Amino acid sequence: MAYRLSLSRMDELLEKMRESYTIYAPMRFEKRGRYSDTDLVRYDKIRSVRDIVYDEKSHFSPKEVIHPITQALFHFTEFEYRESEVDERPVLVFVRPCDIHGIQRLDTMFLENGDAADPYYKRLRDKVKFVLMECGKGWDTCFCVSMGTNRTEDYSLAVRFAGEELLLEVKDPSFRPLFASEKTADFRPEFVSANRLTVRLPEIKSRDVLEKVHALPLWESYDTRCLSCGACTAACVSCSCFTTSDVAYSENGRSGDRRRVWASCLHKDFTVMAGGHGFRKTPGERMRFRTLHKVYDFRARFGGADMCVGCGRCTDRCPQLISFAATLNRLSGEVDRLNAEAAAATGVSV
Amino acid sequence: MTANIFKPDPYRIADIVHETELEYTFKVEAGVKVDHGQFFQISLPEIGEAPISVSGIGRDWLEFTIRKVGKVTHRLFSLRRGDRLFMRGPYGNSFPLDEFRGKDLVVIAGGTGVSPVRSLLKHYFDHLDEIRSLHFIAGFKDRGSILFADDLKDFAARFHAIYTLDKEAIPGFQSGLVTEHIRKIPFAGFADYNVVIVGPPVMMRYAALECLKNGVSKERIWMSFERNMSCAVGKCGHCKINETYVCLEGPVFNYTKAEQLLD
Ligand code: SF4
Ligand code: SF4
Ligand code: FES
Repeated sequence: MAYRLSLSRMDELLEKMRESYTIYAPMRFEKRGRYSDTDLVRYDKIRSVRDIVYDEKSHFSPKEVIHPITQALFHFTEFEYRESEVDERPVLVFVRPCDIHGIQRLDTMFLENGDAADPYYKRLRDKVKFVLMECGKGWDTCFCVSMGTNRTEDYSLAVRFAGEELLLEVKDPSFRPLFASEKTADFRPEFVSANRLTVRLPEIKSRDVLEKVHALPLWESYDTRCLSCGACTAACVSCSCFTTSDVAYSENGRSGDRRRVWASCLHKDFTVMAGGHGFRKTPGERMRFRTLHKVYDFRARFGGADMCVGCGRCTDRCPQLISFAATLNRLSGEVDRLNAEAAAATGVSV
Repeated sequence: MTANIFKPDPYRIADIVHETELEYTFKVEAGVKVDHGQFFQISLPEIGEAPISVSGIGRDWLEFTIRKVGKVTHRLFSLRRGDRLFMRGPYGNSFPLDEFRGKDLVVIAGGTGVSPVRSLLKHYFDHLDEIRSLHFIAGFKDRGSILFADDLKDFAARFHAIYTLDKEAIPGFQSGLVTEHIRKIPFAGFADYNVVIVGPPVMMRYAALECLKNGVSKERIWMSFERNMSCAVGKCGHCKINETYVCLEGPVFNYTKAEQLLD
């Protein structure tokens, strides 16, 4: 079923929804942007649909709703580690199609990798329902079509904003009663079917080619460009890495919180062990690691889709203007060459 | 809620042995089944957790040899007998004892790499009949960094042992890097055998190359990897190399796999 609602009417219904749901959407934070006089668009709790920034791409992804930037895992004392508490209320979050795919990648990592589900991720994830926001034309750094993440059916509600009104598809039957007396409409969300950017994915055909990919000089070009700041991974919807540490809140250090905080494989200390020894010491090596994880390792491990969903936020956030799409296209060009060389060496025509 | 895989449990410290100025062995009361080569996530007060390999396994106790490192002199080293240590585990795979059975075994360990093989060596010390022979090369930087001195004496009485210090020779210890002693192992005289190499990354790489040079095939070599690990359960991403998670598929790898892990 779909409905046509004025924004004011939607706000009345939103008020009702807020009795049982916590609702997150991209919101504007004025003058909090990266450069002076720019705004920041990121996720927070909304009170009105007018709070939602629907005509821009959010700078940060919705992953922070399920995988918070910092999260207390335990409160500890000398005698016990007590699990942190969580708000029981279900969550509704306004997202883009690529974000829904991105969160599915997080699901793979947190729920499937290893022997058991991550309890902290699961306890938030189980409560989340998606409201799909139509993208219109998309934005100039998006490459969802190349990644196959431009469409999805995995949502409870879908919305198109149209001035003072909106169109809403209600897919999840539990929301139907709320809209029973609203004016129906003929609406299904439309998906972007072409981006300005096209990304070709590297097709690494053999172990030998993979080794050569590791040795490509192209990675070294990032040694001077990449600042190892991790802004790209923080903005990324599918980046899942974290570091756990203890924060003491008593003088003697015997009680405190055990927390986890987002980590970045671009940071210098990501692989450093107690004692100081680390691996992947150059920005180029770390860029290679991130890139291959996004478009090779993840698929090699889990099958199916690549980890990157083509949201383009990493490109948007990079202070050095490193375009991930351009990196991938460059890499794919090199891989084509390596595949061709390998084929020529074995006498097989390509 | 789902069982909390991150929750550490308290264990009572039964004893603390100062191996060197920087390395202490903590013996904790724990009736947990652990295989040789596995590790635990130990809670280090004021820091968080770190992966520590099991250096000794008893019926109702475990030992962990921990090095005091980094800027923070943490409270772990001020704990006393009777205090509690929080930890969770065991994690990771272990040395393939079934594969070792009935064959000759060579163990090459450098520095703190002796910890993860100590329980394995103690096992064969008590059950030497499970294998044909055991050759053990252990190398330390200098006399101040020798670990498990008493065990080393025991091992020398039962195994073919070569102990070495990087730059000096003292009674019981020759001088030179472990790699310089590998050619003394009578590989050609073995019918079937395995080689275990554990130590700092550079040492493992050169020891493996030296073994290959001495005619050892890759399939016979086993290594144990040490990585930064924040979770040990395949979630945090720190230990990942290519599509492999060292905390899940490791820390013990056959060399045919280890050589494919490209950092
Ligand atoms: S790598 Fe970049 S484009 Fe891909 S999902 Fe992450 S932020 Fe989006
Ligand atoms: S945002 Fe740019 S400069 Fe910062 S780590 Fe990522 S690629 Fe490097
Ligand atoms: S230690 Fe966290 S994924 Fe392996």
